[in-house]
Amino acid sequence: MITLEKVSFTYRSGQRALQDIDLNIAGGDFIAIMGENGAGKTTLAKHLNGLLKPSQGRVLVDGEDTRKVSVARLSRKVGLVFQNPDHLLFSETVKDEVAFGLKNFGFAPEVVHNQVMRTLEALGLSEYAETSPFLLSGGERKRVALAAILATEPDYLILDEPTIGQDYQQKERLRNFILQLYSQGKAVVMITHDVEFVAESNPKVILLSQGRIVAQGPADSVLSKDELVKKASLVRPQMSRLFGELTKYGLPSDVVDVHRARILLEEKLSEAKVRVAQNS
Amino acid sequence: MSLRTLEGFKFSTLKTPVHLLDPRTKFLIVIAVLVPALLFANIYVMIALLVSQLPLLLVGKVARRWALSLRAGVFLSGLIFVVNLFTGSYLSAIALTLRFLVLLTSFSLFFMTTSPDDLGLALDRIGAVRWLSRRWLGYPNALSFTFTTAVRLVPTLAVDAQTVVDAQRSRGLELDKGNLLKRVRNYIPILIPLLLIAIRRSLELAEALESRGFPGKEGRTSLFQLKLRPVDYAIVAVSLAMIGISFWIYFHYKIPVL
Repeated sequence: MITLEKVSFTYRSGQRALQDIDLNIAGGDFIAIMGENGAGKTTLAKHLNGLLKPSQGRVLVDGEDTRKVSVARLSRKVGLVFQNPDHLLFSETVKDEVAFGLKNFGFAPEVVHNQVMRTLEALGLSEYAETSPFLLSGGERKRVALAAILATEPDYLILDEPTIGQDYQQKERLRNFILQLYSQGKAVVMITHDVEFVAESNPKVILLSQGRIVAQGPADSVLSKDELVKKASLVRPQMSRLFGELTKYGLPSDVVDVHRARILLEEKLSEAKVRVAQNS
Repeated sequence: MSLRTLEGFKFSTLKTPVHLLDPRTKFLIVIAVLVPALLFANIYVMIALLVSQLPLLLVGKVARRWALSLRAGVFLSGLIFVVNLFTGSYLSAIALTLRFLVLLTSFSLFFMTTSPDDLGLALDRIGAVRWLSRRWLGYPNALSFTFTTAVRLVPTLAVDAQTVVDAQRSRGLELDKGNLLKRVRNYIPILIPLLLIAIRRSLELAEALESRGFPGKEGRTSLFQLKLRPVDYAIVAVSLAMIGISFWIYFHYKIPVL
């Protein structure tokens, strides 16, 4: 369990980035943190593995105060995947890149090897094991960065903008992957602007605006509320906009994903079909 | 050298009388301080040069940031003092340490109060720079542009450096762990990404520039023109006088350390 208690953070420049954040992240959770640029999302993520320490309040990772434990030790439990893979890739081969974290954590060579191969396999990167990460495309580099963190099997996985630069097939794969992880009891926290991705994955959404949590709840209830979504400089997902226009037909307005939309529309259509048949 | 050291050399966007001086004037001030500081190894001269720059630091509202750069210079001044203790008297060691602080102050003052844009404009007005630039790079403005771009990218690179350090620490890298050799090697995962980011960024910058028609034709004009105001002329006169007097004294008298 990661617990944030009344966490506030002010940068040395005097810029207030977080204010009074209370948050619990437990195994099996899937959380999306959304908010406008500069809302404090990345600052929040950096608090979860101790890169930043709160100015006020405290962050506990499995009961340990992040102020008292090294980042290296926290990183074994909390895997933070940075937004831009170029900030971390440096090895000669993809294999070495993924092995870096495991070696830092002191795993035995054969464990490192097995773990690296397993992770590459899971992310569809096996064929690039011996390739230089710098020869890969942007999307592939991003997956290598993800693999580099995943290989260490953190209990809490924090992803900063994982869908940027990924094509739709890859996003679909990422969604399934995340699903697998949190159904195995790991916690997945995702920072994103991608409303459609969130709408389809239905995590718990935390809306951040100007360093404060302005709303939290299931994706369908948060993302279908215009005033909330606007506060975080987002727009409602397409499905929600469509159903917002269809309330006069007795349809609910909090629909954000294709699956639920399909069930509701099928119901309505078959009712209409029956009525047409009765009338004629 | 921490990143905070750079604070004392970073331009501050203020509009004080010092900021508004022509960059050429300010550079002449640097030279007017430099010349006596290098000609005389005298403690009184050094103290006078330090004190004479205080009003400029205060008027330019950069005294606090200057103090930061001084704090960063403490280690180097200590080193200079110790080394000179072995080679000369303690008085000359004090004088040379003060000389270092005088130089640090004048350059820090110059960079804190001169915007990279102004600096570029000033460089563009210097015939020798344009000539060199045309010889080496084919265009008269290219050299001054390269210089200002380099200056401008330093803060951006500093932000990247912090992110890279954060990213690698999140992968279990501990920079200050191990013996000396290990510690040096610890920096490889920091330096490689940083280098590649810098290269990639300059390639992108080059493409962006070319797609906007850089470097253009000979005789490019600029939106902002440098203009010497009466106050600039006054300061230029004082600075030239200071330089002249310094040389005159140097050739006619022998100035002791104390």
